[in-house]
Amino acid sequence: MERKIRVLIAKPGLDGHDRGALVIAQALRDHGMEVIYTGLRQSPAQIAQAAIQEDVDVVGLSSLSGGHKTLFPKVVEALKEKGAEDIPVIGGGVIPDEDIDYLLEQGLQKIFTPGTPTTETVDFIKSCVSGDSNE
Amino acid sequence: MTERFNEQLNEWKNQVKKTNERFPERKEQFVNKSDIEIDPLYYPKEDQVDEKYSEKIGFPGQYPFTRGIQPSMYRNRFWTMRQYAGFGSAEETNKRFRYLLEQGQTGLSVAFDLPTQIGYDSDDPMSEGEVGKVGVAIDSLEDMETLLEGIPLDQVSTSMTINAPASVLLCMYIAVAEKQGVPKEKVTGTIQNDILKEYIARGTYIYPPKPSMRLITNIFEYCANEVPKFNTISISGYHIREAGSTAVQEVAFTLANGMAYVDAAIESGLAVDQFAPRLAFFFNAHNNFFEEAAKFRAARRIWAKMMKEKYQAQNEKSWRLRFHTQTGGSTLTAQQPDNNIVRVALQALSAVLGGTQSLHTNSRDEALALPTEESARIALRTQQIIAHESGVADTVDPLAGSYYVEKMTDEVEKEVMEYLDRIEEMGGAVQAVEEGYMQREIHQTAYETQKKIESQEEIIVGMNEFKIEEEVHEDLLRVDEQLEQTQVNQVKNIRQIRDQSQVDEQLSKLKQAAQKSDENLMPYILDCVKSYATVGEICHVLRDEFGEYTGM
Repeated sequence: MERKIRVLIAKPGLDGHDRGALVIAQALRDHGMEVIYTGLRQSPAQIAQAAIQEDVDVVGLSSLSGGHKTLFPKVVEALKEKGAEDIPVIGGGVIPDEDIDYLLEQGLQKIFTPGTPTTETVDFIKSCVSGDSNE
Repeated sequence: MTERFNEQLNEWKNQVKKTNERFPERKEQFVNKSDIEIDPLYYPKEDQVDEKYSEKIGFPGQYPFTRGIQPSMYRNRFWTMRQYAGFGSAEETNKRFRYLLEQGQTGLSVAFDLPTQIGYDSDDPMSEGEVGKVGVAIDSLEDMETLLEGIPLDQVSTSMTINAPASVLLCMYIAVAEKQGVPKEKVTGTIQNDILKEYIARGTYIYPPKPSMRLITNIFEYCANEVPKFNTISISGYHIREAGSTAVQEVAFTLANGMAYVDAAIESGLAVDQFAPRLAFFFNAHNNFFEEAAKFRAARRIWAKMMKEKYQAQNEKSWRLRFHTQTGGSTLTAQQPDNNIVRVALQALSAVLGGTQSLHTNSRDEALALPTEESARIALRTQQIIAHESGVADTVDPLAGSYYVEKMTDEVEKEVMEYLDRIEEMGGAVQAVEEGYMQREIHQTAYETQKKIESQEEIIVGMNEFKIEEEVHEDLLRVDEQLEQTQVNQVKNIRQIRDQSQVDEQLSKLKQAAQKSDENLMPYILDCVKSYATVGEICHVLRDEFGEYTGM
């Protein structure tokens, strides 16, 4: 049987707004993925650890507090330190346009901003996974 | 029947007379542009009155307060225009406060950054990336002194959005007021101090529910005696709504939480009328105009009944649901952000027609970043236009008697009561929160809403319909990335220059007091704060004693 796509949805930093993270998690599940949600207040190191332990295909980060420029790249870095740089990282939240290029340069695969239909995120994750896997 | 109506009417007339003697009406005569005189209140003629009117609607300033908590509402004074603000350093935020006051704002509302809200100092590793981002960073009393510099605390009332460490920030506020020569009996304002909705929807909890409820009742008790004009809690539906709930769920879960605080305070030995007059509420205003206006009217009626009948409160002030409103942040779109100005205006109008005591109007750019000064000004101007130009404040509760609005008020009440019964069966709000009941209900509604938007069953103008090619949004407020380092240096510096033995002594006294469950912690926290112990240090002492809540 085909292995289900596994996704870690994480909230780095102290931000408590989790409506978006929970809605995305639910939407991905409805599209047949397995989703692990970390809950609030996760450090970049904890997120990387969870991603490896849960053997996920993609990590999705959510932040609405303005901490994304510091925290998102740290997750990419933490994955690299643990030899898991092949796990793609995507992000979403209240993120100004002008920060997006910076985050992509720092190794994020894609940033989704408010108003993005969940199907767009689903399609992007599928394309991410099919690109580097023959399971 | 008409007898009761006439009694109510006469009482109302007396109340108005008394009020006007103390606070004269805004104008000598209220007339519209056609020179038609506007009465303070419109009500049915004697021969049109039925039992329902006296029972359910009545007169403003009278039980069950469906038409408002004061007899003549905005005829005497507009609602307080209170814009929530705060970012970066205390110095920058102080400048924004003074700007808003100069622009005619009538009350302050402080936004704290996340480390402050969760009890970490700026130099704590947990704070990395978050210092000064969603609000102002406050570490020690020194920051609070800077934040409030030049603001007369005997004249301005201040609302502080602070929950788990509410006792610490309130003590800092008291300490600054004392330094200004304003005794604590005179300071006015509100602390949010509503931990239950943090577990449900907002996420800035520190300790588990039980010790958190103790801190809250400690504040109730201390303030009843020492800071009598401060609102000791703002029981908030705002964040529940933002997390995705319906209007009915917003009111139901908020009032359920309110009852839990009342129960806890009574259990700790307070009499209901000792603290209930200082309870305040905080609601959201979303787009469905009449539903929102009806929601506010229903909330007032339910709470009044609850306090009078269930809790047997005798003081009329205990029956009155006073509330602040903020327009709905989650209704703002990142697309075509200027459209948000119109959304905010409609939402604000529903709050005014719903009888709010104070109001924050959101800025057009808040789906993108914190508001710029220009956006914040337009938001304030929106309230001023409603107040000074629209005429809606010239008569009390103009929607009363509308078949639609009255029916909707009844319906909201009925559905809220069903939820309240269910929560009571579960053992009350604390139990329901611990079981994740409210969280699940809210999440389900949020997901349904998302699906409706994606299928275009719900149209969001400019986002899923009437779209345009967007230009890049420039001119957004950016918090200085250097600020974090400056703040870190500052808190390190204060640790160098303060009298450390004083700090150690006060913190150790607090620790001992925390171990005795019948000790009120407020005086100890006040001593800690005055010794320049930091928010993080004080909260760490309590973390060691109370433990930390780690989520569901």
